[in-house]
Amino acid sequence: MKIAVPIKFVPDLVEELTIDPSGTALDTTWLRLIINELDDHAVEQAVLLKERGGGDVTVLAAEADGVDDFLFTAAAKGADRLIKLTGDFSTADNHALGRAFADVIKELQPDLILTGVQAHNDLDGSIGPLLAEYLGLPYVGYVAGITPGGDKVIARKEYAGGLVAEVEVKLPAVLGIQAAEQPPRYVAYSKIRQIMGTAKIEERPLGALESGGGVMIERMFQPEAAERATMLEGSPEDVADKLVGLFKELGTL
Amino acid sequence: MPIRETFWNIPHWAEIAQYIAALLTAILFIAGITRRVLRWRRGRPEKRSGHFWSRIGSLVTQVLGQKRTLDEKFPGIMHFSIFWGMLVLAAGTALATIDWDVTHLFFGFQILKGSVYVVFELMLDLLGLLVVLGLGMAIYRRYISRPARLQNFPVKKLAGDDTYVLVMLAFITLSGYLTEGLRLAVMRPDWAAWSPIGNAIASLFLSLGDPTNQTLHLVIWGLHIVTAFGVLISLPFTKLFHIFSVPLNIYFRSLEPAGALRAANMDGGMGVKEWTQFTWKQLLDFEACTRCGRCQDVCPAYASAQVLSPRNMMVKLDDHLWEKKPRALHGEVVLADELWACTTCRACVQVCPAFIDHVTTFVDLRRHLVDQGKMDQMLQDALSNLGRYGNSFGQSDRMRAKWTMGLQPPVKDARREEVEYLWFVGDYASYNATLTDVTRKTAEVFQKLGLNFGILYESERNSGNDVRRVGEEGLFEMLADKNSQVLSRCKFQTLITTDPHSYNTLKNEYPANGNGRYPVLHYSELLDQLIAAGKLKFSKKLGYKVTYHDPCYLGRYNGVYDAPRRVIEATGCELVEMPRHRERGFCCGAGGGRIWMEEKEVKERPSESRIREAVGLEGVQMFVVACPKDLTMFRDAVKTTGNEQRLEVKDLIDLVAEAL
Amino acid sequence: MSQDIFVVIEHLRGQVAEVSYAMLAGARQLSKADNGEVVAVLLGHNAQGLAHDLAADRVIYVDHPALAEFTSDAYQIVLAGLIQEHSPRAVLFGHSSIGMDLASSLSAKLGIPVVNSCRTFTEDGKFVSQICGGKIMVEGALPAPAALATMIPGGYKTEQGQSAQTPPLTPASAAGLDNLRVAVKQYIEPDTSDVDISKETMLVSIGRGIQNKDNIELANELAQALGCALSASRPVVDQGWLPTTRLVGKSGKHVKPKIYLALGISGAPEHVEGMGESETIVAVNTDPNAPIFNIAKYGTTIDMFDLLPVLIDKVKQAK
Repeated sequence: MKIAVPIKFVPDLVEELTIDPSGTALDTTWLRLIINELDDHAVEQAVLLKERGGGDVTVLAAEADGVDDFLFTAAAKGADRLIKLTGDFSTADNHALGRAFADVIKELQPDLILTGVQAHNDLDGSIGPLLAEYLGLPYVGYVAGITPGGDKVIARKEYAGGLVAEVEVKLPAVLGIQAAEQPPRYVAYSKIRQIMGTAKIEERPLGALESGGGVMIERMFQPEAAERATMLEGSPEDVADKLVGLFKELGTL
Repeated sequence: MPIRETFWNIPHWAEIAQYIAALLTAILFIAGITRRVLRWRRGRPEKRSGHFWSRIGSLVTQVLGQKRTLDEKFPGIMHFSIFWGMLVLAAGTALATIDWDVTHLFFGFQILKGSVYVVFELMLDLLGLLVVLGLGMAIYRRYISRPARLQNFPVKKLAGDDTYVLVMLAFITLSGYLTEGLRLAVMRPDWAAWSPIGNAIASLFLSLGDPTNQTLHLVIWGLHIVTAFGVLISLPFTKLFHIFSVPLNIYFRSLEPAGALRAANMDGGMGVKEWTQFTWKQLLDFEACTRCGRCQDVCPAYASAQVLSPRNMMVKLDDHLWEKKPRALHGEVVLADELWACTTCRACVQVCPAFIDHVTTFVDLRRHLVDQGKMDQMLQDALSNLGRYGNSFGQSDRMRAKWTMGLQPPVKDARREEVEYLWFVGDYASYNATLTDVTRKTAEVFQKLGLNFGILYESERNSGNDVRRVGEEGLFEMLADKNSQVLSRCKFQTLITTDPHSYNTLKNEYPANGNGRYPVLHYSELLDQLIAAGKLKFSKKLGYKVTYHDPCYLGRYNGVYDAPRRVIEATGCELVEMPRHRERGFCCGAGGGRIWMEEKEVKERPSESRIREAVGLEGVQMFVVACPKDLTMFRDAVKTTGNEQRLEVKDLIDLVAEAL
Repeated sequence: MSQDIFVVIEHLRGQVAEVSYAMLAGARQLSKADNGEVVAVLLGHNAQGLAHDLAADRVIYVDHPALAEFTSDAYQIVLAGLIQEHSPRAVLFGHSSIGMDLASSLSAKLGIPVVNSCRTFTEDGKFVSQICGGKIMVEGALPAPAALATMIPGGYKTEQGQSAQTPPLTPASAAGLDNLRVAVKQYIEPDTSDVDISKETMLVSIGRGIQNKDNIELANELAQALGCALSASRPVVDQGWLPTTRLVGKSGKHVKPKIYLALGISGAPEHVEGMGESETIVAVNTDPNAPIFNIAKYGTTIDMFDLLPVLIDKVKQAK
């Protein structure tokens, strides 16, 4: 099975996010980018499918700080082909990025396209369903488990409250990954270093970015902490007394 | 005149037969030894030459002197008796052979005559008794008192091997005595009294009369000889081989600092996947193990959950070298859970009378697991965080010096100005919310003492000590490189740290990366030096009764035992030692990356065992530590064992700050 | 071109999903900007009964056997037809396993912009979206003349989207549902052998701060003393220390007990999504900066291992 995995880099939430003076975008001076966690799961799921039933995995990414390292890591996990779209993506929203991916993926003609079901900075839609539409393929999201079967796959789609639907999807198709069947594996540094010597990243220069999703941000702000909790102070005994009082008051004790 | 009547009562054919047997024995013996040596040579190379005289010195103290073996009384005396008894008996036999086959045969004279001979007889007679004593103790120990550490057999057939050795040695000794006794019973020489044991045995046989005793003598002599040759032939094939392998292992032991781990094998993937990727010295380690189990007794992983026994590991690995149908080293011979259980505390290495280095082998095996990405999720997250953020907490590097906020004057930035002391703070002291108070207190003490010190702020990365011991060599190299680069750009005289783990790798492993020729001090050493120089004077005598826990990476790895103790005493506290202290200090359970791993089912956590040990000391109010990780581990253990009211866990700096 | 706000009603196994009501409430807010109607769009098979409590001005109901179960394929075809036919001002979807399969695809198919993760709408036609794991809010005018949007819960209460009156229902037909590429084979029900934490009046909930498996016993002791159930955040369940039936959060149960006692839970958005509507949240966390204190009514930074033994005793005495 031929699998393509388009991935996206997003701001790392471990770092403090600040808003630039325009008030409509994140301040990029302190911004650090990291792989969208669910895209990392998509790569893992692709490698798992390859390990189980054979195949060929291509990982695609748009140019960004740290993307090369991630692509090499993917190769160390088992990805066969690494494609980097080069150019200026600073203004690209998901619609534009989806179109850029679609152009490359059309050539690859994969059976299956896996990508994270969402990213935390998706504002104008998510990559998976956009891409599916640009390629004219069916899309199923929130997938946490895939069983291939000929020209179809069974995808385990998660709903709220723990309900799971087994959904049959005709190939080729795009699936939005919520979780790989096992957490993304660890790759030792020495392995990455080794693969850097052998694996190649194919660069695809981007033409003009096609128009985007048309969502304009007028104001970006950090949520004010709603009323902060009333802090219970004192020794463990004092706090325990206050809590017991509270439980009684609210009628749970 | 007393003279040794060699081959008395032995027909000429038997004498000839004996020499033929001796020749065959020698051939088989050499073949057996060669077989072993050839196997070791299938391991990877490792340089263990140089320091000839200090190596010879080790042989004298550890082999002839049996120093480590004697660290434990009963087994020590037991082994000492058998060792020296057999050694003298063997030497006696050798002397007798020279006496008969060299001097008598070629030069027509004998050494063993007259007074020399009677003293020779007396010595052998008495030292035989030493062997009997030792063997008796051994049989008692193995089959009657049965200490727990001798009871697990990861390789079943070895129970037979243990019995074989005892039975054979006992038979040789007893048949030797009988042969002598029967000879004396028949010959009745004037000097028989010089062989008190033999003479006593002779008196038992006197009534049987001559022809019987002569026949008996011949038969028993025959059995004695056959057994003796049997033992020699079997030496390279049984536990007896340790007579050969242990002295070799002691001779070739590493004389590098204990804290400097050997770089990972990168040939055919990182670490050791198959046994031939071990170095020859590691293979010799496995072959030197006598299964004595001292390592198992001191192992915190074994004590807490019996998952890992260093003894079993050595036994299994040795067995694996000789498997006819080789099983997979990983997954069949050695389980991942065993490897991850090791805290790298080095207690096993410290007690091993054969000077086996278990920890290095475990790390090499872990390296393969890391290479394969096989580890639990918590460890995986920790390593990913270390790679990305330089700390295991997964926090931004910009938060590393958050603890300094509000300190007046502000802590100097060692990247921007020259300082005398560059303080490498470490992850736990920097990020762990419950430890930053102590970190601030340390800074305040330094400020009060007027030390010119600074830190690296967000440029500091985890030192990599435990990353390396987890087996992630590439990540260690990256962390060490980044730290070394920053350090090389800073102007300072001495590197200081409160973290023994960072201390170890900064001191022993960073120079190997081509960097940092600067002194590294643990804060206990720094405080000790300041006290000695009169720069740190205390205004109060605290008068507490305290005990002190030796951090593994400070004590066993770097031999720093006295500095923290002197500091404690300088604050006017009375120091009471726990039963396990200094070299025998018991690990808190956090080392070697254990603190990043999931905790499996445990009987008793090492830290809890340690707290109970301290609680057993009368009147001790405080449990003093000199390691940030220890502080979290023991604060927790005091709570989980319900000893909060009884014992307070304090950092060394708490005492210093209070006594200032 | 109409000014109506369409709300794609989400339902599964005969139950309308809660987010649908929040969407109706949001749509109501939005409709005020241009004086449009709130139109619930209900797709299904023999599902008209689900419309009875929707706070909508009217309902467009499409009945077809192929719509008996949700599939992105069939829903997209039907919805694309409806949107093209009626040209609504906006179409709202849940930011969920159903809505997220539809909104972006329809955006690409119809060339209508989509705005993700909307939490609230303002009366002057603006959206407020929550991105970056809840750390950043963005505000903007809903793209004109038409827009699609996905909504996250939290901005509106369920009751705001419910009505005692059944709205008028307009049936619509569906076509082109023959060669579908996606089909539901079967459902795997969540494990129901365990307690249903969404029905408890009080929960003792544990997070990463519990540190290890042994300490769970301590929390369990408190839960038992209080006569309530033990629940957990993702890290605890991922470790296998509690079954997934006890998971609170986006991927687990959504709970709203009277008291939610959070022990060692930091308060990541994924968790808050599952418990933010609890009546009274009490948080115990040694980190005074933990976001949980932003949504909790009461909090303490005492170490839970100091607090729990004392609290267990006091609760036992109080009974």
